[in-house]
Formats: sequence, structure tokens, C-alpha cells
Amino acid sequence: MKTDKKSIRTVEPFIWELSVPGRVGVSLPEADVPEYPLPGEIPLRTELPLPEVSELDVVRHFTRLSRLNFSIDTHMYPLGSCTMKYNPKVNDAVSSLPGFSEAHPLLSEELCQGSLELLYRLQTALAELSGFQAVSLQPAAGAQGELAGVLMIRAYHLDRGDRKRTRILIPDSAHGTNPASVSMAGFTAEQIPSDKRGNVDLAVLRERCDDTVAGLMITNPNTLGLFEEQIEEVTAIVHQAGGLVYGDGANFNALLGYLKPAHVGIDVMHFNLHKTFSTPHGGGGPGAGPVGAGPALAPYLPGPIVRTVEPDVRYTLFYPEKTIGRLKSFYGNFGVLVRAFTYILQMGGEGLRAVAEHAVLNANYLKHLIEKRYRIPYNRPCMHEFVATGDVAPGVHTMDIAKRLLDYGFHPPTVYFPLIVKEALMIEPTETESRQTLEAFAEALLKIAEEAVSSPELLHEAPHDTPVGRLDEVRAAREPILNRTQTGIT
Amino acid sequence: MIPYIPHTPEDRQVMLSALGLTNVEELFHSIPQKHRKPEIRLPSPLSEAEVVRELKRIASRNTSAEETAFFLGAGAYRHFVPAALEAIVSRGEFLTSYTPYQPEASQGTLQAMFEYQSLLADLLGMDTVNASHYDGAAALAEGVLLAYRAKGGERKTAVLSSALHPEYISTVRTYIEPHGLRIRGPGEGAWKPEELAALVDDSVFCVAVPFPTFLGDLVVYRTLCTATHEKGALFVVSVDPISLALFEPPGAYGADIVTGEGQSLGSHLSFGGPGLGIFATRGELLRKMPGRLSGITCDRKDRNGFVLTLNTREQHIRREKATSNICSNQGHVALRAAVYLSLLGKTGLRTVAELTYRKARYASERLGSIPGYRVMNSGPFFREFVVRCPIPAEEVVHRLATQKIIPGLPLSRYYPDRTQDLLVCVTELNTKEEIDRLADALSRVGAEV
Amino acid sequence: MTYDPDVKYQKSHEWARKEGTLFTVGITDYAQDSLGDVVFVELPAVGKVVKKGEAFGVVESVKAASDVYAPLSGTIVEVNSKLKDDPALVNKEPFGGGWFVKIQASNPDEYEELLSFTEYEAFVKGL
Repeated sequence: MKTDKKSIRTVEPFIWELSVPGRVGVSLPEADVPEYPLPGEIPLRTELPLPEVSELDVVRHFTRLSRLNFSIDTHMYPLGSCTMKYNPKVNDAVSSLPGFSEAHPLLSEELCQGSLELLYRLQTALAELSGFQAVSLQPAAGAQGELAGVLMIRAYHLDRGDRKRTRILIPDSAHGTNPASVSMAGFTAEQIPSDKRGNVDLAVLRERCDDTVAGLMITNPNTLGLFEEQIEEVTAIVHQAGGLVYGDGANFNALLGYLKPAHVGIDVMHFNLHKTFSTPHGGGGPGAGPVGAGPALAPYLPGPIVRTVEPDVRYTLFYPEKTIGRLKSFYGNFGVLVRAFTYILQMGGEGLRAVAEHAVLNANYLKHLIEKRYRIPYNRPCMHEFVATGDVAPGVHTMDIAKRLLDYGFHPPTVYFPLIVKEALMIEPTETESRQTLEAFAEALLKIAEEAVSSPELLHEAPHDTPVGRLDEVRAAREPILNRTQTGIT
Repeated sequence: MIPYIPHTPEDRQVMLSALGLTNVEELFHSIPQKHRKPEIRLPSPLSEAEVVRELKRIASRNTSAEETAFFLGAGAYRHFVPAALEAIVSRGEFLTSYTPYQPEASQGTLQAMFEYQSLLADLLGMDTVNASHYDGAAALAEGVLLAYRAKGGERKTAVLSSALHPEYISTVRTYIEPHGLRIRGPGEGAWKPEELAALVDDSVFCVAVPFPTFLGDLVVYRTLCTATHEKGALFVVSVDPISLALFEPPGAYGADIVTGEGQSLGSHLSFGGPGLGIFATRGELLRKMPGRLSGITCDRKDRNGFVLTLNTREQHIRREKATSNICSNQGHVALRAAVYLSLLGKTGLRTVAELTYRKARYASERLGSIPGYRVMNSGPFFREFVVRCPIPAEEVVHRLATQKIIPGLPLSRYYPDRTQDLLVCVTELNTKEEIDRLADALSRVGAEV
Repeated sequence: MTYDPDVKYQKSHEWARKEGTLFTVGITDYAQDSLGDVVFVELPAVGKVVKKGEAFGVVESVKAASDVYAPLSGTIVEVNSKLKDDPALVNKEPFGGGWFVKIQASNPDEYEELLSFTEYEAFVKGL
């Protein structure tokens, strides 16, 4: 097989393979100051093995790479729990205004009132949408928001002198970041089961809640796309035992304008701006994971955050009185925050409510179109996403369906998650896809289901029409080649 | 029509009928009635033209670097960003694509990641670089935690240089607090190699140092690194990548973990975010490293391609035993860095670093020779240096703002007792004329004292 | 699904083969089949002391990583270094060349507490 290092040939050559000594891809100014010798005491660089290519080489190389990608701009991406909605271009345009892109985070406050105003108004808007008292925009991603929330719960209990609470309960349908965040915050993650309707099992929850429980992490709607029918009972049970409730806000797209999580007993919650609030995913990031808190936990928010000393006139940074501290430098992924703020301003409260309505309508309609052929294990009306199973014929698996969808020009849905459903296919169309696109996607799924019976090899060997076919992940893990040096090519 | 929602009334009608419903609100009946459809008090929606006007108004309340003679650094740096870079990274295929979990649909992203991993590995002199962490501060914090885990969790003390960026030290404290770990160094004001070496004993699992320091100083760490290893601890270096075009990288003298801030590599100031967390390891530490990795493999027709690999470290598989909870990273910012390093290349990066070094030296000479002012750095520095002023630095900044000069950071922002000290940053974008104008303005302030 | 009649088993899918007071330990055919292609095995250092039921290593495939638990208490005296370059041995020869460690048992009677192959087979069939 061709990971024999001397014979690596990728679809596009590597940038260093285009290198010719002497080429430069930028024009830089001449020095207008005297020369100074480099300091003798500091060991100097002897070799700098970076490529030498022209600007045209670089533009062509990366443009050609970009064309190997699927993206929202080119394909529908029905990825459950990712909310791959259209990323409005005006958001990008505004975030590159020099007033934002050339603003330094450590300017004295009177010189950056624009940024502080934006942060304050975004904090306020997110608080209004969720019912929380205060918001910190600092976490760089949902996972960092989760870490913040769990650290806040920890600080709250320690503050009360309570050292017994070492456990955090997490439903078995939860995203992997939940238990990982719990471990990073020094707690033990304990799984609780879902019942037959896909809700948290109340009986088990009651049994497990005692004075050693620090809290519960819950996603609502959950990763089955179902609204937690007994949510108030769930949060009440946890509160009664003295614990607090963390809300994973990944699925907030289904609730905008229809429910404020703070109203049903959530004490702290993160938002995923790169999901609900339309900021671009960028091939893996950056996102933003602001965290909102009710009265019990607001004093512990990570800082600094913004308050106004004279509403609409003067804004200032401050640390909440019992802050858990900083999670990173400066204030958050500001370029992402500008985009989310612009989106909220454009949509307004009415528009965001319509987002939820159409997201949920689209999901239910799509479910209706395919449910006769793709089994839906928890088949009650869903929210913005639903889980189907991909084992539509003997010997056919969800992975085969996913790879065959690529040939039909659709990015596959989320596969093999949540873990509680075997052969899971988690589908979230979002509100920005039209009825016609949904129908085309449903038609593709139904055709593939037919192929699964009549010509399954088409599925097992899929994808056929992409630049590379199904890749050997086992080999990649057994013999990791992670950079140029490890390819053995000089 | 509501922006970005394409449904016509007819579409809604068809879809609701298919579901046997008359009203979209019926889909929300699982939400408790008393909480359903609460009032949302947000301003009325704005059209695109209106929203642009409003955001421009807000942006105009900021002083942008390009309107001034700009000398502020302290963790966020204004370096040249080529137009070709902007054109490439703003392509929708890069900007609006998702994490490459389906590799056949994401070879562009995966190869760009691989190239970033390669270019940074070469720049840092390290074995493996991941596809990005959040920023320099969070990367350092997770680097310290990695060292803690790699030593089996038995040693509980981290030695940190007091000359690390104060916000980085603060971030490390937040991350290590739940694990009951201790920090030595900042409290003792230790930053020179011999001072840090004196703090290393058998309870120490790592020594973490900056290059250059927060105040711009260049420090030789080879001996300290060896001494750290002799005591059985790991050596962590938080770097500025531009400086590594001129000076020996940490991999060359045995660093185990290298972290850093990559914003200088092709990203704008953007009020401090998104940044780029650089994260690199030596040897088998790879297995415990957080973050995504793009690796080469083949398909069934023997064609080479890329996949995300060594995923069992990560949260979506390992869950509570994952090396970290990180999921979304700063992928698009890493793309900017890969394009930046490609455009600048071997010669260009060196030129940027040399211009930066020379201009900072020139500025320090000019400012240091003004009566009443003194450069405080005792040894060599890169890009930044500290100037002690005859009046409080905050007052200096205030006076120069009216002349459209941002002279630097008053150090009292982080060190309350250093009221007279100003951290001045000079990059390849500062002209001699600007530096002379800064010197003249400071001279006038000094003369008024 | 194959079973080796000459070893004893745990419900966490490890087996132990007795050679006096020395015990060779590995994972069962059922375990390797569930994991899929093994890509990496994390083994403990020689000399590590383990307790029965304690995790001493990790076995990874592309889609999962599982802890491996000691069937007996004792000291790790040898580890299978072949697994570093050829982790696939765990899939190909789970009871033979794919062994993980050898433990010098501190309490050899613990071996009798393990399941016989018929008991383990019945357990697996019920899963």
C-alpha cells in the first residue's frame, strides 16, 4: 500500500514540492533604519526550512485545495447537533471593518468603546434570549464554555464549604465533551440512562441524587432531537438534592423565542455561536462558546466581561466578584462575536423565533419523507433534528449510507452518535434549507435504500465520485505520518 | 421575507399539511405551556444596509491601529497580512466547511492542516504539531496539564517563569486549580534560568518559560532545559513564532512541549480574538497530546489521502478519559498561518523578523537617549522593550492619544507598582518616520516635566 | 468466536494462562472482534505492581479505546514488545502472539476465582 514513504502522491502536491530556491511570495519594504548585529549571546537559527514559492503558486495551490472540499456554500450539510445553517456574508464583511480588525485588545478603554459596546450588547442579547442574568463571552468554543460552567459549579459548592460533592451526572446520550469537561474540572462523570421515550430516566435520577452530587449536565433538546418532556421535574430533583444544573446549549436552535432555559431550572448554560448564531465553522473552528448564568452562578463567570457605567455611553471591563478567572487571553474570539452580534441585529427577536419554527418544521417534514424506509427508534414529534438508523438492508451499515450520499452530492448526516442508538444517523437540516432541497435529500436517501437491496456493492465501495475513495483509517492510526519530516520526503 | 429563511407561505402550507398540522406552533407542544413563547425583548430586525450602517457606527468608536503611529503589543501583534492571504482564506470552501470527519469530502481542509502541522514542526524544531488549540494562553495551560499527566500524576508542582504573559499565568491557574497543583515562580519573581533552576526539586513535573519574555527579553534556556531533565521534569516553552526565524527554536535544545500564540502569522489584531494556539510535542508525548491531527493514508485504489487520526485521544471517543475536552479548534486561523508561512517562505519570514528586530533596536536607542527616559531591558530583546518614563506611563499614553500616537502598554495594567513603565512594541510595519515622531512626542512630554 | 480451553477468563474480557506462579494475560477473541482493527496498545512498565481488577493498560482501535484489567494481583515482569510494531497481532492471535503482559502473581489462588471457558462462553452468549 502506498504509505511506503518514498512513493507518496497526493491529489495535489504539497506546497513544499512547489518550492524553488530564491522565490518569495510577498514584497516587503526595504529597511529604513540602521543595521544592528544580532545578539551574540542568543543562539541563532541556522536553517529555516520553509518553502520558497511565488504568490501565484500559493494562490493556485490553496485555491485548488479548497475545491476538494464540501462546504455549506456548495453542499447541504444535514449534520445533527452541528446546526450547519448558511453563514451570511454580511457578517464576514462587517468583522473585517478596520475599526474591528485593527483594534488592539489592550487599548485604553476610551479608545475602544466600540468593541466594548458590541460585547456588552451581545452579552445582553444572549441573556435576553436565554433568561439568564449575566453572560461571559470569553470561552473560545463550546467545550471551553462547558469547562467554565462546571468550574463555576465547583466554585459555588466550595464557597458554601461543601467538599462532599464529587459527582456530576450525565445522560448516556450526551456529547463526548460533557464527560471530558467534567474530568478536566476534577469531578467524576457518572452516566444515567435514558428511558424508552428518550427522556432522562427520572427514577434512576432520583435514586442517584444525594448530597455527593454536584450537579447534572443536560442537553435539551437532547441528542435524539427530542425535548426533555419532564425538564422541570429533572431540574427540581437535582436542586432538591442541593445540586445545580448545567445546560449544554448546542441545540438552542430549536428553542429560540420558544423557551428560555433559565425558566425551567437551568443554572448555567453555554451557547455555540458557530451553531445557533450562524458563524462559519472554518473547517473545524474558530467557534465561540459564551456561557450564561442565573443568580446563583453569575458571580462566578469567567472574566473579564463588560458592564456599562453610563448606559449607551460608557462601557468598562470588570471581573465578576467571585470569578473562576480567565480561560484564555483577552476577551473571547472577538471576530466570531462580531458575526453573531450582526446576525442577531439582523434577525431581531421575531426573526430568531422564526428560525426555531422553520428549523423544527424542516426536521419534522424531512423525517416524514423518509420514515417509511428509515426506522426512527424514538418516533415522536422531533425538534430541530431526529435520529434514524442506517441498517436498511442486511449487511448494510450507516457508514455505507453516509459514503454513498457523497456521490449524490450531499454531506452525510452525523453518524454513530448518539451512542445509545446503534447505526445512528442524526439528521438536522436547519432552517436555511428550502423545501426543494429537503425533498432532493430525501429522494437521495430513498434511492440509496433501494440500492442497498438491489446493488449493495455500490454502497460498500462508496464514495465513487470524490477525489479519493474510502480511506484506511486503521493504517493512519497504526503508522501515523503527521508532517513533512515523517513522510521521509526532503 | 425573513433573512436566510427561504420558505414561502405555500412551502409552509405544503409542509404543515403533510404533517397533518395547521400551525407551526403545534410542533412546540412538548414545551411546558407556561414557559412557551416568552416575550423576547430585542431591537426590531434590521435590513442588511441598516445593520452595516450600525456596525460601522460601532466600529468608528474604536481607534484602529492604522489610524495611528502604533506601538502596542503585549500579546497581540500588528504584522503585515498579505492581500493574497485574505483572498484565499475567505473562499467559502474553506470558511464554510465543517470539521473534516468525512475525509473524502474534506481533502482540502485536511491537506491544509497537514501542511500547517508540517510548517510549524519545521519552524519549532519539534516532532509533532497539532492542528491548533484556542490561543497561546490555553495552549500553555494544556501543555502544563499534559506534562502533569505524562509524569503519572504523582508530582504536583509546576515551575512557571514570572516573565510569562500575566494573562497566560492566570489561565494556567484556572486550568490547574481543580487538580490541586501548585505553582512556583511568579511569586518569587523568578525568570532567569538560574533563578528557575533553583526552584526545581522532585515535586516538580514541569518548568514553563517564555521566548521572548512578556517584556521582550531573549533568554538562553539550553542549560535550564538540561537541568530540568536531570531532575526528571519536562520542559515547556511558550514561543512567539516570528522570533524563531532568527533564533534557535526550542526543539533544538530539547524542549518536550512547545506552545505559543500564532496570531502574528497572518491574522489581524481583531480585539484579541480569534487567536491561534500553537501546540507541539516531542516523541511519544504525541499519544497524550490534545487536539486534532491530520495524517496520511491510502484509499482502496492506493491513492494517498488525509484523515483525522489518533482520535482515541479525543473526547468523542475517550469521553471522560480523553486527553482534553477540546472539540472545535481554531482551524481557520491555522489555515491563515499556513498560507502566511507559504507566502513569506524562508526569505520573507526572515526579512519580517529582521526588520522587526532592527526597528525595535532603533526605537530603543532613540527613546533611551531622551532625557528623563530609560530603557529597562538589561540584555537583548526582540520586538518589545520597556521604557521608564518621567511621568506615569498611563498619563503618557493619554497625552499622546490626541496626537494619534499609541506609544505602548502602561505596565501598571498588570504590575500595579510599575507606574512609570511603558512596554513599547515595534514591528516591520512601523516606519522610521513614525518612530521619530514617537521619540519627538515623548521628548516634549519629558520637557514639560 | 473462538475460546481457548486452557485459560481462564474475566467478565471484562481478559484471559490468563497459568505457568506455575507466572501468568500470561491478554484479551479474548470476543474483545478484539468488538474493538475492530487494533491500532495501538499502551502497556505498563516492567516492574509495575497491579491489583486484581485494576486497569494496567489500554487497547485502541480507530473507533474505541478500552482499559485492560488485571485478572490477578502481582508484578508485571514482561511486556509484549512486538505489539508496538504489530498491534494487529491482538486481532490475529488474541490467545497467542497477541498477549499483553506476564504477571508474577502475589496471590496465585486468585486464578481459581476466574471463569472457566464454558462459563465465559455462556456469559458472552448472553450479551
